[in-house]
Amino acid sequence: MNIDIIFRIAGIGILISVLSIVLKQAKKEEQAEMLTLAGVVVVLIIVVQLMNQLFTVVRSVFNL
Amino acid sequence: MGIAQVVGLALVTTIILMILRQQKPVMALVLSIVFTVVIFIAMMGKMAAILEVMKEISCRAAINNMFFSTLLKILGVAYLGEFAVAICQDAGEQAVARKVEFAAKIIIAVLALPIMVAILESLMELMPG
Repeated sequence: MNIDIIFRIAGIGILISVLSIVLKQAKKEEQAEMLTLAGVVVVLIIVVQLMNQLFTVVRSVFNL
Repeated sequence: MGIAQVVGLALVTTIILMILRQQKPVMALVLSIVFTVVIFIAMMGKMAAILEVMKEISCRAAINNMFFSTLLKILGVAYLGEFAVAICQDAGEQAVARKVEFAAKIIIAVLALPIMVAILESLMELMPG
């Protein structure tokens, strides 16, 4: 599960960069920007969940 | 997670990061955060084992439990602070990184205060008069 999440993020990143290049070529600049924003938000949600897991683990290990 | 897996994961992540950094720097930053978190979580299990042994040893040496738990807390604060500082420096935000470092230092100093008081008290006991 752990390694999975890295490849998921990398996949989303590469997909979004390719799609935004395509959209820019098709003269749809603002849609490319929106796509980038949406991708960042989606990835950020995953990251926040992961951070929550990290903080829980650290708190339980170090009795913080 | 063995060292071979960590190294392999790091190499793959580095190569993906090099590709992503040209196109989408934000995604590259998020990916490096995720990599850091994954490594941290993977290592925390082993860290817990080390701490278990240390706790056992300190119990046998009859050291005051308060000292050991303070030490653990300081270790945790240092780990978390170092994690945030590394990410901020990766993103080129030196100012934010410095502030996190500063906050971690202050928090560690506050946590260490009881130990300092205990040292001073034992010193007072040792001194005659």
